[in-house]
Amino acid sequence: MSREAFIHLAGVRKLYGSHPAILDASFDVMPGELVSLVGPSGCGKSTLLKILAGLHPYDGGEVRIGSPTHPFDPSRDVGMVFQAPLLLKWRRILENVLLPAEILGLPSGPARARALDLLKLVGLQGYEEKYPYELSGGMQQRAAIARALVHDPKLVLMDEPFGALDALTREKMNLELLRIWKEAGKTIVFVTHGISEAVFLGTRVVVLTAGPARMADNFEVDLPHPRTLDMKTHERFGDYSRRVYRLLGME
Amino acid sequence: MRDKLGHYALGVLAHVALIVAWYLFVRLGDVPRFVMPSPGDTLDALLKPNYNWWGNITVTATEIFAGYFLALAVGVALALVFTWSRTLEAFFMPLLVSLNMIPKVALGPLIIVWFKYGVFPNSLMAFSICVFPILLTTARGLREIEPDLLDLVRSLRGSRWQLFTKIQLPGAMPYIFSGMKVGAILAVAGAIVGEFLGSDKGLGYLMLQVQVTLDTPAMFMAVILITLLGMLLYGIVLGLERWLVPKDARVA
Repeated sequence: MSREAFIHLAGVRKLYGSHPAILDASFDVMPGELVSLVGPSGCGKSTLLKILAGLHPYDGGEVRIGSPTHPFDPSRDVGMVFQAPLLLKWRRILENVLLPAEILGLPSGPARARALDLLKLVGLQGYEEKYPYELSGGMQQRAAIARALVHDPKLVLMDEPFGALDALTREKMNLELLRIWKEAGKTIVFVTHGISEAVFLGTRVVVLTAGPARMADNFEVDLPHPRTLDMKTHERFGDYSRRVYRLLGME
Repeated sequence: MRDKLGHYALGVLAHVALIVAWYLFVRLGDVPRFVMPSPGDTLDALLKPNYNWWGNITVTATEIFAGYFLALAVGVALALVFTWSRTLEAFFMPLLVSLNMIPKVALGPLIIVWFKYGVFPNSLMAFSICVFPILLTTARGLREIEPDLLDLVRSLRGSRWQLFTKIQLPGAMPYIFSGMKVGAILAVAGAIVGEFLGSDKGLGYLMLQVQVTLDTPAMFMAVILITLLGMLLYGIVLGLERWLVPKDARVA
């Protein structure tokens, strides 16, 4: 099992000074999975994401990304989406989406064609030449998702990407993300503190408890794809949600 | 569009009104020429060839622009180096803040001792007076950049140079320009003070010369020309800002 896993974490530890931020994070992610990492604020989920991105060192345990069948190049196989869209104000939407391609020095012709395709995929056709301030928050976040995909990374890391959006837009973006994930065929690690969002999106949910982060649970979500909003009223959806609520001491 | 035109017209009108008021004050008040010349007398001062107006303008302009653009390059470069090393920043920043407290005018006599007088020491005066605001605002602008944005570039193993040219410099641009605008005004003052303290050319030098002969119209003209040089520099900065910084990102 762990041999085919695309991401393999075993006993990962991270200290800030002498204060532990993460104690023993262990889970596997299969290629093409969308894993939700759910936990309260400050539980170290963003730190874990940065470890996966190769931005933070860790103090113990094992982190392996890639497998013989799914090789992984850490310098060009990571796409990132943050809570804020973080588009560059001085660039038009298309130029924003192209940023990773420029940094990696990808040939500009094909990169441009791909960026245009991705903008279509995220529903921003016709906004290529707009500046970020001309777009709503949800649209900016769509552009940020297109940017995370433009260099065709194998792994997309999302850190509460819809946390700043209003509830309705958030529901809509959840559905959009599932569609994009299906079409793009990426492995996604999705950090959130929204329990129903975690269950709704994830093929697997990893639950972290706070202070310091510990793995509390890791289960597969057995709900059919494509997911629809009315699944949220299914009994099984409720069971999964309760399971997470209980672990986070909310019951 | 029409509103905008009306706006500009009002601005022009205010300037014209000031000149008219000046003229009326001198004429109706029967103010002697050596106290306050009329606008016409002031313009006539330009006709005196022995004042070498054009040569003096060039000298002062050279001092202002050389000092200013040197300050811009040094200020932005230092601020950038500080983003690379927290230790360097922690070491130098408090020192620079203290040095900023030195009244730069007080450095004038020292600069003359070290570099004699002329265009170079006066450029140095202009430089020393406007480098700090540019450095401090640039450093602030670079600090304001979202750390996540830097992480995005680092996750792609982007180089320091890419980080600077694609994220940091354009991101700090609005701040750099707000420092540049403050610096533009100070640079002019720096160059003129330098000329007052020691020089043999330039509009500030000329002012001291004509003060002795009580040629007040020429002094007025010199002040106006110095002001115009300042406006030219400020206008260039505004033009660059309009060109380089999108409207919604500008810092007032």
